[in-house]
Amino acid sequence: MAVDESLPRTVSAAPARASLLYDPTIRAIVFQVLLAGGLIAFVVWIAVNTVTNLRRANIASGFDFLWNRSGFDIAQSLISYSSESTYGRALIVGLLNTLLIAILGVILASIIGFLLGIARLSGNWLLSRLAAVYIETLRNIPVLLQLLFWYKAVLSVLPSPRQGLQLPFGANLSNRGLLLPRAIGGPELVDTGIAFLFGILAVVVVGQWARRRRRATGQPFPMLWTSLALLIGFPVLVFLATGAPLAFEFPQLKGFNFIGGWNIKPEFMALLLGLSLYTATYIAEIVRAGILAVAHGQTEAARALGLRPGATLRLVVIPQAMRVIIPPLTSQYLNLTKNSSLAVAIGYPDLVAVFAGTVLNQTGQAVEVIFLTMVVYLAISLATSLFMNWFNRRVALVER
Amino acid sequence: MKSKFLTIAAAAAALCYAAGTASATTLDDVKKKGFVQCGVNTGLLGFGSTNDAGDWTGFDVDYCRAVASAIFGDKTKVKFTALTAKERFTALQSGEVDMLARNSTWTMSRDTSLGLKFAGVNYYDGQGFMVKKSQGVNSALELSNASVCVQTGTTTELNLADYFGVHKMAYNLVAFEKEEEVEAAYSSGRCDALTTDASGLYSIRLTLQNPDDHIVLPEIISKEPLGPVVRQGDDQWFNIVKWTHFALLDAEEAGVTKANVDEKRKQAQDDKTKGAADANYKPQVSPDIARLLGVDGTFGEGIGLSNDWAYNVLKQMGNYGEVFDRNIGAGSKLQIARGLNALWTKGGIQYAPPIR
Repeated sequence: MAVDESLPRTVSAAPARASLLYDPTIRAIVFQVLLAGGLIAFVVWIAVNTVTNLRRANIASGFDFLWNRSGFDIAQSLISYSSESTYGRALIVGLLNTLLIAILGVILASIIGFLLGIARLSGNWLLSRLAAVYIETLRNIPVLLQLLFWYKAVLSVLPSPRQGLQLPFGANLSNRGLLLPRAIGGPELVDTGIAFLFGILAVVVVGQWARRRRRATGQPFPMLWTSLALLIGFPVLVFLATGAPLAFEFPQLKGFNFIGGWNIKPEFMALLLGLSLYTATYIAEIVRAGILAVAHGQTEAARALGLRPGATLRLVVIPQAMRVIIPPLTSQYLNLTKNSSLAVAIGYPDLVAVFAGTVLNQTGQAVEVIFLTMVVYLAISLATSLFMNWFNRRVALVER
Repeated sequence: MKSKFLTIAAAAAALCYAAGTASATTLDDVKKKGFVQCGVNTGLLGFGSTNDAGDWTGFDVDYCRAVASAIFGDKTKVKFTALTAKERFTALQSGEVDMLARNSTWTMSRDTSLGLKFAGVNYYDGQGFMVKKSQGVNSALELSNASVCVQTGTTTELNLADYFGVHKMAYNLVAFEKEEEVEAAYSSGRCDALTTDASGLYSIRLTLQNPDDHIVLPEIISKEPLGPVVRQGDDQWFNIVKWTHFALLDAEEAGVTKANVDEKRKQAQDDKTKGAADANYKPQVSPDIARLLGVDGTFGEGIGLSNDWAYNVLKQMGNYGEVFDRNIGAGSKLQIARGLNALWTKGGIQYAPPIR
């Protein structure tokens, strides 16, 4: 029998059951739960499988090895470390070494990269050609070769300690490193440190006040001189007032090597230089792209207002270019951090060399060690990109 | 559609399960492949390195060949995997190589917590230091505050830290992953002293530009018993590698060499037949040799090989003394004295259980 078309359609029990099965929201939830459950089950299965197989092959497993005595020394360390320390401490030492290279490398590469990028776009023909040659050469040679070049070709030709190059202030350059006099501060040096921190705080506060005053009344404030006075002059006054509690320990040649002083090892210098110069070329191209992305009309308008080229670049072009520069810049910073793992090729004790190299070999627990190393690198990279994203949002231009 | 997907998924799961539970012994795998996969050093002259023609030569390499001879009767049935100090144990654990003959020190942690077993000591070694003669140093105790080059991930690194710690001397560590980098740093003057096993020091000294400019200091600061390594859980394979090593030693003790092994075997066979016939027959060779060469007894079957397994090893490689001399001893460039590695009857400590 045909349905009577004049009667209104009513929702009865049978169609309701069908709609539950075909309801898009319910289906979405069900499939997502199934997928999440499947993923978790997969990860658990992999972990259980790994542990079972390691046990079956009589290979030690678990993370207890982190509390065992390491038994080996590390060439350079930012914190105190000896062969009596634990493997866990060795992990921290490697991590700090990696972070040291990463942070210094990022700063150095950014400075060189920005200067290079601007030079590449300079009106001066020689400057832009030189920058182009530098960028093209260093960008296209594999970074490992560059590191080996810096370490072997450059630093190996440095003289031995006995014939070290004497530099001013008691410094010495040899193939064992750059030795600088070490400053040993007396207990009163803390006051100078506090004065310096106070100076930073004062600069921030005064700067904000000066900016607000200029927005309100238009009066400029000599911020540069004030900053210098607060950051440098004030701490120096405090330093002299507390009796200049600073002694210098000069490096002395005794037997094989220098004793005392502060040694910057050739492995560290080679890694820092090599990585910075290499990453700087990529940053230079990113900066160039960013600057070219700013509409030429902006530059023309700025010139029409009478701004000189330097001021145009600094006040008009770069702030707008930063939108384009910062996201790829994050990638380059992450690349630099991860490329620092090439340190193992030139003997710098970074995380991979110390932990995924020496500790892995001494304990034989490859799975745990590699897993921990990957987690650490992931954490560093995520932290870097989180910070850069925050920075990007902070300097983002709010357009009308 | 749904049923097809389910059947395929079920079949895949069944295959995975089947593959997971299949467990052939290493000997079965090796016989099926037709060769022994052996892990050796990337380039340590005398122990494991490639010569100009690209062939692998060395003391440890010869041990791999000896195992292949025991199984196949042919020393060429072996393929080599060059392994750095860092990856050697992982390669063996994961099954990438069947055995490891890579001048690896036998230590408790390696023997117990890595799932591996050491099949004997083929070279008793110790750690030493090498310095340039121009430094004017005559003893390791004068190395205070020196820069020392070492390879990471080895017992060398640990012994170095212990030695300098015990003697309360400071030192500057320069550590690299690869032995070649360590040697390059030492020869470029980056460090004052190079430390590794004494046998390695002699080997490395030969590769330096002016070998006579360098001396090996007299102190031996550790015990480094080097030997071949296999995985745990496969006793038959362990026995094969272990008894190959013992066969080489027993042969040298019995005076069987590559040149006279055929003659000795013939004599042993003659002894067997003639001795059975004539009660007053005086045997030409001792019963040890008869047992060694498989004329007497069925010892080969106990390890899954033919009874002339030791004969094959000796015919292809010679005895322990010949292997030693050829690669690192009097007949080689290294000229290392037998020292501790002489037979126990000749003042050394190489001693093998009897084949009987």
